[in-house]
Amino acid sequence: MRKLVILGAGTGGTVMVNHLRKRLPREEWAITVIDRDNEHYYQPGFLFIPFGFYTKKTILKPKSKFLPKGVEFVVTEIDRINPGSNEVILQDGRNVGYDYLIVATGAEIVPSETPGMLDGWRETIFDFYTPDGAEALAAKLKTFPGGTIVVHVNETPIKCPVAPLEFAFFCDACLRRHGKRDKVEIVYVTPLSGAFTKPVASQVLGNLLEKKKIRMVTDFNAEHIDAAARKIVCYDGREVPYDLLVTVPTNMGSEMIERSGMGDEFRFLPTDPNTLRSKKYENIFALGDATDLPTSKAGSVAHFQSEILVENLLRAIEGKELKPDFDGHSNCFVEMGRGKAILIDFNYDTEPLPGRFPFPVIGPMPLLKPSRLNHWGKLAFRWVYWHMLLRGRKIPFVPARMNMAGKKRPDNAPGGLK
Amino acid sequence: MPQKNYGATTVDVDAEGYLTDFSQWTREIASAVAREEGIAELGPAHWKVVEFMQKEFKENGQAPSIRRLNKSGVITTKELYELFPGGPVKKAAKIAGLKKPEGCV
Ligand SMILES: Cc1cc2nc3c(=O)[nH]c(=O)nc-3n(C[C@H](O)[C@H](O)[C@H](O)COP(=O)(O)OP(=O)(O)OC[C@H]3O[C@@H](n4cnc5c(N)ncnc54)[C@H](O)[C@@H]3O)c2cc1C
Repeated sequence: MRKLVILGAGTGGTVMVNHLRKRLPREEWAITVIDRDNEHYYQPGFLFIPFGFYTKKTILKPKSKFLPKGVEFVVTEIDRINPGSNEVILQDGRNVGYDYLIVATGAEIVPSETPGMLDGWRETIFDFYTPDGAEALAAKLKTFPGGTIVVHVNETPIKCPVAPLEFAFFCDACLRRHGKRDKVEIVYVTPLSGAFTKPVASQVLGNLLEKKKIRMVTDFNAEHIDAAARKIVCYDGREVPYDLLVTVPTNMGSEMIERSGMGDEFRFLPTDPNTLRSKKYENIFALGDATDLPTSKAGSVAHFQSEILVENLLRAIEGKELKPDFDGHSNCFVEMGRGKAILIDFNYDTEPLPGRFPFPVIGPMPLLKPSRLNHWGKLAFRWVYWHMLLRGRKIPFVPARMNMAGKKRPDNAPGGLK
Repeated sequence: MPQKNYGATTVDVDAEGYLTDFSQWTREIASAVAREEGIAELGPAHWKVVEFMQKEFKENGQAPSIRRLNKSGVITTKELYELFPGGPVKKAAKIAGLKKPEGCV
């Protein structure tokens, strides 16, 4: 019996096992999936918890529910990979050998990376990237008397790079609805030079922040947080005071990657950007947030990658050349509050541009422009996630590789063609 | 494509003044770009950063992050901000003749 082991049963690991159980004959291949717990959260739903739309329970299902029959599911902490002996060492002392390994251990927030951040943790400093953080923030927002809310991105890359912007837009919309917008100043603090990494989207999103009177502070690299005085301090001496700090702490890969001595400075696994194979080990592949690839860390990306990774893994097993097919395709909804959302679609080479999706011209969803339909798209994504994406079904009309048709670069666009 | 003159040399640059062809880069041009960025003179510590950035760019096709500079033991982030005030990675990349760091998505 040959052995395939998948580390992580989150978005990427679950999609892969659903694909592969169908493609690898049961009498030849044993598949083992390992995760530290059996709780699958729909992470895009974290954004809706602080505003009282969802609770943790709304977006939680058992991981085991999404794993196909005929795979072994081991629930325990992975200590490390030993690529020399093709073994995974578990913290309960067991060793699991593999012929092929897929790393899908995701990314997590690491607030301890910023001096002072933990001093005010869940008192005046909150995150919404964990289920507990999002619920604690919901309780805090309910009784917030007014003052300055700072929405802060500590360091890039982060998973779902638009989530903090969505948070700021939601905050604005909710405060308006409750007639309290004049009691609260919202400030958006980012290490980037604008609202987003890529010029056209950055300009569109930056204008929207301005329109909603959300002040943006750019190129801000937090050296430390003075929780007692309630301010974030930049390396260049600038300070931003807050009453409530909603931060996205530094995101890093699993500590397991570091313990294995396989990570970069963010504990991400160096991965070939087009074939999705580890840059160093021939029988190790990776997808999702755990990789070091220069595309978004998003569920949609893990889904697009999975289709290409299946083919490449099968090719590797058959001793064939891998296909360099992954183009960095990413696709996400930016929720604006008040029933509208923006949709962006991009890859390694092409930044998000205006246009129509998924069909050129007729759409029906407009790209890079707030619309009600996109908002419904975002809400529908939860259903698509549980019922289609995790199960490895193709999402109708949305191919793994990006489609340039129907997109248009504005004539006066910043940045110019790459 | 825009061009820029440094002394007797003409180089190709992008809209923001980053060199588009690294083969045109010289130490003299680096010093001239540094002066434009408000750094009067490049000392040994500056050069160490510039050379590390060039080496990383050659190997990875992109300028290293602040975290990487810090972790590689070349320089602490605090010192980096003292040497290249303002946006240190962007400034250092410009001086090193590299394209503007894009920031990860
Ligand atoms: C607030 C927020 C909003 C988001 N919004 C969107 C959105 O609108 N659209 C979108 O496409 N994406 C969104 N995302 C991103 C999306 O959720 C992730 O990109 C996606 O889940 C990544 O999948 P993954 O398999 O790489 O990692 P995960 O799904 O995080 O899975 C990693 C798994 O590895 C396990 N693991 C890690 N280390 C160990 C260990 N040492 N031992 C055992 N198990 C381990 C974890 O328990 C986890 O189950 C959002 C994320 C957040 C936080």
